[in-house]
Amino acid sequence: MIKKKKLLSGPYLVWTVAFIVIPLLLIVYYGFTNEAGSLTLENIMNMGTPENMKALWLALLLSLISTVLCLILAYPLAMILSNTKANATGLIVMIFIIPMWMNFLLRTLAWQTLLEKNGVINIALKFLGLPSLNIINTPYAIVLGMVYNFLPFMLLPIYNSLIKIDRNVINAAKDLGANEFQTFCKITFPLSLPGVISGITMVFVPSLTTFVISDLLGGSKILLIGNVIEQKFKQGSNWNTGSGLSLVLMLFILVSMAIMQKYDKDGEGAAF
Amino acid sequence: MKKLIVLSLAGVLAVGTLAGCTKIEKPEDTKAAAEETDNAGSTEAEKTGSDTTEVVETSASAETAASAKKENSGEVVVYNWGEYLDPDVIDLFEEETGIKVVYEEFETNEIMYPKVAAGAISYDVICPSDYMIQKMIENNLLQELNYENIPNIENIDEEYLKWSEEFDPGNKYSVPYCWGTVGILYNTSMVDEPVESWDILWDEKYKDNILMQDSVRDAMMVSLKKLGYSMNTTSEEEVAAATDALIEEKPLVQAYVIDQVRDKMIGEEAALGVIYSGEAIYTQRENENLEYVIPKEGSNLWIDSWVIPKNAQNKENAEAFINFLCRADIALKNFEYITYSTPNKAARDLIEDEEIKNSTIAFPTSDMLANCETYQFLGDDTDEMYNNYWNKVKAS
Repeated sequence: MIKKKKLLSGPYLVWTVAFIVIPLLLIVYYGFTNEAGSLTLENIMNMGTPENMKALWLALLLSLISTVLCLILAYPLAMILSNTKANATGLIVMIFIIPMWMNFLLRTLAWQTLLEKNGVINIALKFLGLPSLNIINTPYAIVLGMVYNFLPFMLLPIYNSLIKIDRNVINAAKDLGANEFQTFCKITFPLSLPGVISGITMVFVPSLTTFVISDLLGGSKILLIGNVIEQKFKQGSNWNTGSGLSLVLMLFILVSMAIMQKYDKDGEGAAF
Repeated sequence: MKKLIVLSLAGVLAVGTLAGCTKIEKPEDTKAAAEETDNAGSTEAEKTGSDTTEVVETSASAETAASAKKENSGEVVVYNWGEYLDPDVIDLFEEETGIKVVYEEFETNEIMYPKVAAGAISYDVICPSDYMIQKMIENNLLQELNYENIPNIENIDEEYLKWSEEFDPGNKYSVPYCWGTVGILYNTSMVDEPVESWDILWDEKYKDNILMQDSVRDAMMVSLKKLGYSMNTTSEEEVAAATDALIEEKPLVQAYVIDQVRDKMIGEEAALGVIYSGEAIYTQRENENLEYVIPKEGSNLWIDSWVIPKNAQNKENAEAFINFLCRADIALKNFEYITYSTPNKAARDLIEDEEIKNSTIAFPTSDMLANCETYQFLGDDTDEMYNNYWNKVKAS
């Protein structure tokens, strides 16, 4: 019986090795060698150049802001959802999911059209006699794009952990004289923490590494670390430096995951 | 419900990740399809009565012959610039030859190069620019063309073949496809003064109204030419000076774009944009306020040509494809669609609209091109220097 179960994991194992382990090893190989194939730390040190440090810093800042914004937006909504009746929940969740059936690039391009100088939003504002909105090609537009694209990834884990909370625990707190605020601080929030942690990871990591959003909504004027890596691979066709930079970026992601892991002891938030 | 959400999310993620990959159909598919039609033909023959058997058999065998021809024709994998070929031309080619076209697009030479050099996908025919062809020849990535399969080469004006020898001595590897200049497209309702110099892109008045090209050589070219240097300079000092100028310009730039210049200029998102001459005619068709100019300091005079990479799987099909594109009527049809200047003199003679035929945008006179140069491949080290300086501009 056990043997059979092991056999079933075969395809997944092949998949993991072929598409995760081997590419990762390749990145490590490229990251630590130069074009001639000899060992070097130059690619890693390349992160230290002022341009790349600036791009990394900006990427960290913008993804942090987006993560916080997502959390502020998603948590109350998740609470409302977890308290509504099943039918209504389905509807609201669907409203959140349906846009995701469209391609990610298309949705980001749509924001470009919306935010442009003569875009849909500005035409509407002009019609109403309001001042125009000029955030396209600025960091604000990039944050907007990140929040818009990654919000569902924050909402759903939090929602999942909230509906798992035993109603009796909350009722008990109320019986013992806790008011709404105390119940939230002492019971609801701590119990939903795994979801929050998982949501933070799922928003922070893609925001940190994105290059598409910053390209499309930043007018290629704002260079994030993802763009630097993309350029190394595509324009400079310098795979070695690109891999070296990716490795450093991976380090940042690993550190953030390790911090998250500390709070998410029983891995409950790992809904996905 | 929860499961459904999780599932659809996972699905979205998967689709998102895969969206980047382009599907390449295997030749087996076409064969299988051909066999299917074959079988269908024979079953039909069996069903019909004995008197008509003969007739049906002939038709069935004709069908088999047709499908056999298709089977042999195979396919051709084309790698071309975005929006650089009339889709109808592909259909016509497929209809006439039975060769299936697998079509892929790239945005800049720099994006195309590593994909070809890595050899993971074997393209049959590619359309790079002058300096990139030189780089590909030097790095031994191209194979010589067999001109016996490309008789329509005679339609190409000698002048362009001579010009091509600058990067492809002896015309061994490339067949000219389109040529043109890089210049400033401006909106006459938004710009009052006459535009004649690159300097206008550094004018504070047009802050947030300027579109620059998002590729190393083109952006550097603008700056180098403005400063009076050659755009093929290998002097680090000059490139550094050009970089400083670009950094100085950056606060005025609305966005760095490539193909999007066209739509943004038509939509009057910006007053001035650096653009390829071929797009100028198209944009003027859509918005009559637009005017194109080659700045007096000179610019890039470029030529894009078809080449066949070393690892091509279907060389003869690739040559048939190139030959087809050189046919006068096809070149004309294509010119009318993409509006890029054609080196095909037979096609130019066929243009009915005198205005276009004598348009100085499509076919500039030689005095307009006085200070223009063609890009040269400067060697990998200089390439990297350019890239590093360009990165400084982008990071500033």
